Amino acid sequence: MAQDTVEAVITGKQATRDATAASRRGEAWAALVFLTPWILGIVLLTALPMIGSFVLSFSNYDLLSAPRWVGTANYERLLFSDPRYLKSLEVTTVYVLVSVPLAVAVALIIAVTLSEATRSANFFRGVYYLPSLLGGSVAIGVLWRQIFGSSGLVNISLSGLGFQTTSWIGDPRYALWTLIILNVWQFGAPMVIFLAGVRQIPKEVVEATIMDGANPVQRFFRITLPLLSPLILFNLVMQTITAFQAFVPAYVVSDGSGGPIDSTLFYTLYLYLEGFRNFRMGYAMSMAWVLLVIIAVFTALSFYASRFWVHYES
Amino acid sequence: MSEAPTQATNPARRAGRMLLLIAVAVLMSYPLLWLIASSFKPESLIFSDPGLIPAQFTLANYLEGWNRLGVPFGIFMLNSAVICVLAIVGNLFSCSVAAYAFARLEFPFSKLAFGLMLLTLMLPFHVTVLPQYIVFQNLGAVNTIIPLVLPKFFAVDAFFIFLLVQFIRGIPRDLDQAAEMDGCNKYQIFWHIIFPICRPALVLVAIFTFLWTWSDFFSQLIYLNQVEKYTAPLALNLFIDATSGESAWGMLFAMSVITLLPLFILFVLFQRQIAEGIATTGLKG
Repeated sequence: MAQDTVEAVITGKQATRDATAASRRGEAWAALVFLTPWILGIVLLTALPMIGSFVLSFSNYDLLSAPRWVGTANYERLLFSDPRYLKSLEVTTVYVLVSVPLAVAVALIIAVTLSEATRSANFFRGVYYLPSLLGGSVAIGVLWRQIFGSSGLVNISLSGLGFQTTSWIGDPRYALWTLIILNVWQFGAPMVIFLAGVRQIPKEVVEATIMDGANPVQRFFRITLPLLSPLILFNLVMQTITAFQAFVPAYVVSDGSGGPIDSTLFYTLYLYLEGFRNFRMGYAMSMAWVLLVIIAVFTALSFYASRFWVHYES
Repeated sequence: MSEAPTQATNPARRAGRMLLLIAVAVLMSYPLLWLIASSFKPESLIFSDPGLIPAQFTLANYLEGWNRLGVPFGIFMLNSAVICVLAIVGNLFSCSVAAYAFARLEFPFSKLAFGLMLLTLMLPFHVTVLPQYIVFQNLGAVNTIIPLVLPKFFAVDAFFIFLLVQFIRGIPRDLDQAAEMDGCNKYQIFWHIIFPICRPALVLVAIFTFLWTWSDFFSQLIYLNQVEKYTAPLALNLFIDATSGESAWGMLFAMSVITLLPLFILFVLFQRQIAEGIATTGLKG
């Protein structure tokens, strides 16, 4: 009797073990089925193209004749003997380093201000956010061309006030700055993220500091800023990655040339011109790989540096 | 203990804050409002009138601009819409099935695969777009919409997988287990339980797919090269070239407003969902 029960228990256990093993196999198969589109995508549309572009970046390829191997010549030319490339790197770096911190700072200040306005917050959030929804479009590029053109909105207003005017997008000293303004104008997306973060700061924490007699400025630096620092890092990294790849505004404002005198020659615009106008595919691919490295290094550095200023709640 | 006036109750602070918010709101929305207003002004007024109320109101910009490129602008809008709808269908399908596997199923190397998926978020698309172009060119697919929509059926927008994974993880597992007791297999659980519950997240996927696809320019620029196949942004860009040398800002503005209109309508309808979507997942605008 006892023997039987033991046996029954054992065989029963065996049976459940078989059943779980079978169901686990079934689950793995199901996962494979569900992941089939993604696996095909990552292999055929991401991994293989990446290998292809890496290999072809060591060649000259004009899409018509077979690729000709040139070793590291493309990379050498990029880094040492293409002044236009270095110019595009400079233009893009200025664009990123000026517009991203500015946009994130404005987003932070507005989010904190907005979080205290309870009744009208949703309305203002909408008004501030709309430009970042439209900003990347050709239509806004068209608008910017006019606004900062020689007889555009800015100049109508300036000359009305008696100032001397110039064509802002036609002047190599100012053209890039109109695009920087355009990017700052789109501070809405990071602002929405900050706003959600501010609202998660516990009320007790804020009340406690008010009790301690901290004024709003002190509160901002002692409470809000440290608690939002993970989001500041996130917004800085994401905005930077996006800004390095900005294309449309420069293309539209400069008629696809990056002018005047290459002053708006964004990295991706030069890549486009080399790849699809001059049919130097191999060269364009080496540019894409250098961009990947720049973004990877930047992201890694940001996370490394964040140890010293980002505050995580334990 | 004296009751310190908080920021919310101090009238001077409140007025100052309101003033700042209103000033920024005016600065932010003025260019857009002026664009709309100017699209109804005669050409000469665009260059002299910084105001928002047209002194002379005209529809001529819209009527002339609509047919200015030889092909009615409605065709370009339709081309854009077709690409958007297919991209939405592709993303809803491919991203939701992948997200279900990542969020719910146990399989070998699942952590590695998930990490790989997250890594593709950081990838600048220029690394893959050039070789993809070469392949599509060899397949004879350039100047069709295939290169623009086919990838969406293979879950290349990792952002949406991530968004859906987060959402599915928030669904109680009791639901899956109850369905399993009733004899549902994984496919039935996905289709009858998880997919319907994901509706709010799927709406977000659809909205953002539309927004990004509608405003996309780079890939449309390289793949489409026949005017009849042009999308709205390409047509607008062509408009700039076609009218260079003449003053056609009125028409250009009118067509700009038309291409922005779908985005604007979507924004008005789904403002809350869009804001919440960005806040919870960090989607870019």
